[in-house]
Amino acid sequence: MSTEGSYNYTVVRQFAIMTVVWGVVGMLVGVVIAAQLLWPELNFDVPWLSYGRLRPLHTNAVIFAFGGCALFATSYYVVQRTCHARLFGDRLAAFTFWGWQAVIVLAAVTLPLGYTSGKEYAELEWPIDILITLVWVAYAVVFFGTLFKRRIAHIYVANWFFGAFIITVAVLHIVNSAAIPVSLWKSYSAYSGAQDAMVQWWYGHNAVGFFLTAGFLGMMYYFIPKQAERPVYSYRLSVVHFWALIFTYMWAGPHHLHYTALPDWAQSLGMLFSLILLAPSWGGMINGIMTLSGAWHKLRTDPILKFLVVSLSFYGMSTFEGPMMSIKTVNALSHYTDWTIGHVHSGALGWVGLVSIGCIYHLVPRLFGRTEMHSVRLINTHFWIATIGIVLYIAAMWIAGVMQGLMWRGVSADGTLTYTFVESVKATYPFYAIRLLGGVLYLAGMLVMLYNVWKTVAGTKPVDAPIPAPAHA
Amino acid sequence: MSQFSNSFWDFYIAVVSLASILACGVFLKMQSVRKAVEADTTGHVWDEDLQEYNNPMPRWWAWLFYVTIAFSLGYLVLYPGLGSYGGMLGWTQIGQYEQETREANAQFGPLHEKYAKLEIAEVAKSPEALAIGQKLFLNACSQCHASDARGSRGFPNLTDKDWLWGGTPEAIRTSIAEGRRAVMPPFGPTLGETATREVAHYVLSLSGAAHDQTAASRGREKFAQLCTACHGADGKGNPALGAPNLTDGIWLHGSGEAAIVEQITKGRQNQMPAHKDLLSETKIHLLTAYVYSLSAPPR
Repeated sequence: MSTEGSYNYTVVRQFAIMTVVWGVVGMLVGVVIAAQLLWPELNFDVPWLSYGRLRPLHTNAVIFAFGGCALFATSYYVVQRTCHARLFGDRLAAFTFWGWQAVIVLAAVTLPLGYTSGKEYAELEWPIDILITLVWVAYAVVFFGTLFKRRIAHIYVANWFFGAFIITVAVLHIVNSAAIPVSLWKSYSAYSGAQDAMVQWWYGHNAVGFFLTAGFLGMMYYFIPKQAERPVYSYRLSVVHFWALIFTYMWAGPHHLHYTALPDWAQSLGMLFSLILLAPSWGGMINGIMTLSGAWHKLRTDPILKFLVVSLSFYGMSTFEGPMMSIKTVNALSHYTDWTIGHVHSGALGWVGLVSIGCIYHLVPRLFGRTEMHSVRLINTHFWIATIGIVLYIAAMWIAGVMQGLMWRGVSADGTLTYTFVESVKATYPFYAIRLLGGVLYLAGMLVMLYNVWKTVAGTKPVDAPIPAPAHA
Repeated sequence: MSQFSNSFWDFYIAVVSLASILACGVFLKMQSVRKAVEADTTGHVWDEDLQEYNNPMPRWWAWLFYVTIAFSLGYLVLYPGLGSYGGMLGWTQIGQYEQETREANAQFGPLHEKYAKLEIAEVAKSPEALAIGQKLFLNACSQCHASDARGSRGFPNLTDKDWLWGGTPEAIRTSIAEGRRAVMPPFGPTLGETATREVAHYVLSLSGAAHDQTAASRGREKFAQLCTACHGADGKGNPALGAPNLTDGIWLHGSGEAAIVEQITKGRQNQMPAHKDLLSETKIHLLTAYVYSLSAPPR
């Protein structure tokens, strides 16, 4: 079957299935730690189940396992189909799949055991970092190798975003993970003090900007026009917002370090470029949503399109909220509160989650020779459970966050702080409960998806589609 | 004070930052040229049916972009951002902190000053002063000593009459302002297991706790040699060193044979952090009065 006449769907299938599996796992861990905030006893006095170790497991599982597998699956699918060429290097592509799964399993073992570099979203220790680097270089070779083989001169817009994501994540990972090992499972950062913090958040914010945004915009640019059967709204807009987005994201990191030892000038630049980032971010949302012009009626009947379009609404919301939170005065209130958690999850659950889920529902039947998913009604059910879950989650965290910020700065007439920290924790309890409910709903949606995918795939034979000749308009 | 190792970096940052913001605007302007043909596709087709219209960028969106660029340039004139140029307003985060501190001191200072002139014992009689002291305690002290000031293992109970470093107003103030550091050296290597147990039983006997009399009488001599320098011949401790009274049945680090054997074997270092750089003198005064009032209620 491995011929140049057909697309390599094998690796796409593997990554697509694992997207669903890791999604369930990562979100389950999220629900567990949300419950631990309400009932701390749920760590059962077992170190491996303590909040501090499960929290990085949750973030790594949803970002790099769920999100990562979704990115691999869709980028491999899209680059082949829009280049009219089979994936470059079947064996290398297989290596990226098994290598990436190995990274995930190693993370799932080492993080609960307490091995961590202490860098947020880059907790994995140096041996795993080296494996990530190898897999990522292989990924770049496969992706750009395929692009090089393309049979259409113009590179489709989705591939610009996937390409930028792959190159930038490589740079971010290598620079931020630079460390001096002292043993097999312990290393120390190559940087120190405020510079270490700056490198970390240059990485951290660009992990959001490139891993969780540029890559997923790549998905959006293929799957929305495909699912809506409409041309992309504006080529011009895609050019401008692409270059503006990847250029300005690079500067935004210092907004994570407002009112710290970072020099004032660096904080200001971080804030300003975050504000400038608003328009380039919205460019992607506009281009996606306007692509539906003339096809709005499809939203009534097509739940996959609902997932994709609502994901863009959440993308627009969180990319408005982000620049606002980067303003120093706003940040003075929002920083260190649950508002940040709400912001992250409106992006993670609303944008990254929904767009990935929509794409996987589009992909699975095509990868397994079916015309549609086992149950379209269940896709619709999943959509509503997930959406209600997100709204409960982010509303609870917004209220909790603003409340905490106000409580922490409250000063009484006698010049003392009105509230103690523990009083703000106590006041947050009801919102932790609402957040947990939101998380449980989102997880329930993923279980519905797992069932639906299982029923769609069971008993089918994997198919590898033939490569059609490029069309000429 | 420059944050740059030399003026090149200062200049470099300023130029790169400014050029980057301006470049966003120039790029947007260049791309904003309206084409005659609207709502037409670019002519490329991918994957059988994927096409792109070439609609112009929405005007409101382009304006949003320009507004953020203009705002940024204005901000950089007023605030620090371009290398070591401090901005016309002279704002710094340290300056903002100092100003807010000055304002708070001006507003609340007189209220607190009123009590600074009074003796601690007098302050401890004022409900208003104690209310302020309690708030300060809840924010600065309760993390270790607990909200009710009864402490927990390793953190002294402040409501009883048992004071490691003395319970006079002066001693309490010194504990808060300067902090305290107590060190008990490890005796495990010197004594060995058997003798350690014997000393532990002698220590248990001091407070009348259940103990093995034979072991205790054997431990007595070792105690006299090694422990009395700090804990005193009668075992009642020494507040000058923070050495606990071993006869009162109050155990900061746990009671019973196992806990005492561990204490003797490994020794211990315990620390109360200094607060003089965190709280003003008048606040420490009010806090002292509150802590003093907990065990010495005003008559």
